[in-house]
Amino acid sequence: MSVAVELRHISKRFPGVIANKDVSLKVETGTVHALVGENGAGKSTVMKILYGMQRPDSGEILVNGQVVNFKTPNDAIDAGIGMVHQHFMLADNFTVLENIILGSEPQHGGTIDFTSARKKVVEMAEQYGLDIDPDVLVEELGVGQRQRVEILKVLFRGARILIFDEPTAVLVPQEVDDLFQALEGLRAQGMALIFISHKLDEVLRVADQVTVVRQGSTVAEVKSKDVTARQLAELMVGSELPKPSTLGHTRREEITLSLKGVSVPTTTGSRDLLANISFDLHAGEVIGIAGVEGNGQAELVEAIMGLRDYTGSIQFNGSSIDELSVADRHDLGIGLIPEDRQRQSLMMNSPLWENRILGHQRSKPVMRGFVIDKKATIESTRTIMDEFDVRAPGPDTLAAALSGGNQQKFIVGREMSKAPALLVASHPTRGVDVGAQGAIWDVLRKAREKGMAIVLISADLEELIGMSDRLLVMLRGAITAELDPAKTTPEQLGSAMTGAA
Amino acid sequence: MSNLLTRKLSPSKVGLAIAAPLAAAIFSLVVSSIAVIVSKKSPVEAFKTMWEYGTEAGSLMEIINTATPYYIAAIAIAVTFRAGLFNIGVEGQLRLGALFSCYIGAMFVLPPVLHVAAVFIVAMTFGGLWAAIAAYLKVKRGVNEVISTIMLNSLAGGLSAYLLSKHFALIEEGSNNLQTKQLPASAQVPDLMPLLRKLGVQDQPGGGVYGMFFVAVALGFIFWFVVNRTRFGFELRASGLNPIAARVSGVNSKKMTFIALVISGAIAGLSGLPEVLGQTHSYNLGFRAGIGFSAIAVALLGRNSAGGMAISALLFGFLEVSSRSLELIDIAPETYVIMQGSILLSSVVAYEVVRRFKLTLQSNELAKVVQA
Repeated sequence: MSVAVELRHISKRFPGVIANKDVSLKVETGTVHALVGENGAGKSTVMKILYGMQRPDSGEILVNGQVVNFKTPNDAIDAGIGMVHQHFMLADNFTVLENIILGSEPQHGGTIDFTSARKKVVEMAEQYGLDIDPDVLVEELGVGQRQRVEILKVLFRGARILIFDEPTAVLVPQEVDDLFQALEGLRAQGMALIFISHKLDEVLRVADQVTVVRQGSTVAEVKSKDVTARQLAELMVGSELPKPSTLGHTRREEITLSLKGVSVPTTTGSRDLLANISFDLHAGEVIGIAGVEGNGQAELVEAIMGLRDYTGSIQFNGSSIDELSVADRHDLGIGLIPEDRQRQSLMMNSPLWENRILGHQRSKPVMRGFVIDKKATIESTRTIMDEFDVRAPGPDTLAAALSGGNQQKFIVGREMSKAPALLVASHPTRGVDVGAQGAIWDVLRKAREKGMAIVLISADLEELIGMSDRLLVMLRGAITAELDPAKTTPEQLGSAMTGAA
Repeated sequence: MSNLLTRKLSPSKVGLAIAAPLAAAIFSLVVSSIAVIVSKKSPVEAFKTMWEYGTEAGSLMEIINTATPYYIAAIAIAVTFRAGLFNIGVEGQLRLGALFSCYIGAMFVLPPVLHVAAVFIVAMTFGGLWAAIAAYLKVKRGVNEVISTIMLNSLAGGLSAYLLSKHFALIEEGSNNLQTKQLPASAQVPDLMPLLRKLGVQDQPGGGVYGMFFVAVALGFIFWFVVNRTRFGFELRASGLNPIAARVSGVNSKKMTFIALVISGAIAGLSGLPEVLGQTHSYNLGFRAGIGFSAIAVALLGRNSAGGMAISALLFGFLEVSSRSLELIDIAPETYVIMQGSILLSSVVAYEVVRRFKLTLQSNELAKVVQA
């Protein structure tokens, strides 16, 4: 096996920041090489340097043993390097074939030679096991198939070294399987594949070699068969991992939230989105809602928050809230960490201090009567940033400038600042790095001890089992099982979620 | 060290704030110069003529009078822009507001200030009601407010012409101008000339400044305060910036949509008044058309902020008034339309460029913090 691409002691500084320091990476042909690291560890800078989008300050890049000097991505493409972006760059109203050849159309006397292009694409698709109809419009394709078009597009340009930037972030499990099969095919054809991800279980499944990036440097290279996900994660953070766990029972007598026969009918007339949900949640208790996404969890959250009409009844601290508006429920002391932070919970182009007001615009300290108390809001924003370790220059920073993990910490801090009696937390640690994850768990634990009730919805089964006092399994809008987390393994929970158990 | 950093930063922040309008102004100067050169005239001479004419005392008064209704109408539009809506119907709302306030206002006599206030209320009521049709359709039927307000503009044009000619107008002997009954003196807003005289400003032929100028200034302050400093304003902006997040955080989006459109219509109703209360004292066939459309450009150029719209309203007024002097040197005065257009286009582009640059700058700043 030969080395397809090698980075030697690459360093890159941005004004005042060292983005990469002594990065070395060696990728062999016919292998899948994963690059893992926390958000902001410098993975994307490595990739941008390799793809010619940025030039290193020092160090060298070798492709097939030759030192290269990329000025633009075109140089990298000419050297046989291709990139499959996380966000697809396809023209919806073009066919698959047109998209693949777009930008490098084979010419035939001034016109595009579709015949030979089609022949080449069909051959390629067959050779690499990337089955697709070249004449269908891209807008009719699903996400997985679009990604396939992206891969073919890169291959069409003659790439032998492919970089995949978080390729599974947008895929559903079935599509992930298809992708991995395709990667298998590419590897068998002698391609060198670089797989960038922070999903460690996927990395271990697909990669042969793993290089770990931490704080801008490559800190380890390991064979994937020699490590566990936990060891990899510890290499990523450089210390032992926080564990989701709660100590002892802090459950109190009083019932904070009580649902009785809550249902949400569909508009299309098929089965209910939420079917006859009943449970009591005590103060100081965490109830974990497990379920494959799309089985009614989102509707449950919306019903509790008053964002969706429902039948049945919901009581909060002993009185019915069915007639109350969303705003009233916020004011009563129900906090929400929504599942999609950017869409549901932030004004991306506004400064953090204005985002501090969102959802709290009827209460102190941000409001004095009907008028915004700007000074107090900025002060409170600063407090949240300190307490929750939100890494940003200050309250004036735009929300869009923050990394996902820092946005999430800010949202958690904002909701906790009003000391809610009930917190509805949808995927509170999704997409945040392990450090922030531990911090958020800590906050939830402490609040639970003080008597806060939590409805925890998560796709992370370890988090659910570790943090919950009780687990409810949701399937097709109904609660199908109640489990004791102390006696449940992730495997058991997983099969309960699919209805197998 | 941190001291050095902040000292270094502030000039760049100021620079960023000026960069966009400056770039836009230069670009539009270039484009309009080309237009002038194409008609075989000297752009330097054209701009010089415009500047000289436009800075004469009489012209300045006229510029303010032109800008006043633009500013009020732009505020009306900005209220909806800030809520993520777009009221194109200001033209119709202000026309109906002006027509009904003249008609109803001339029916009775009240003490001076009260009478003007009553006329204001009539104008705001009819402007608001007209906008409420679009608001209702939007909230109850999901009809896009852009479409409905455009159509309501046509309806308002036809309706006002019909009402004026068949019901509201007095027929004068020997005149084919149709106009409503003259407003009594108590409903007229006095000119600011007496005040200006005391400040040492000399009389100009045809000069004078509408008293509604003060109303526009006051509206500007109220707009700034309500939008930026109150809960209502915050919820309005949140609805515009991220409607889903606004709903999740407890903003009733339908209510907000309805209120924003109706308030916009009410303010629009006022924007037709400076001329009728300050000069013509009746609604007639010569009622100035197009205020509601120019105001869209004024609001865009002014970035929907109270200060920005004031500057852009004055700029539009200046271009409109001073361009008349171009006739003196044989250039089509319509050149100002090219200037307005190019300023608008280039400023939209320039603001977007600056916004992205700012974000990159902040991300870099952030990277420092994260690494530290």
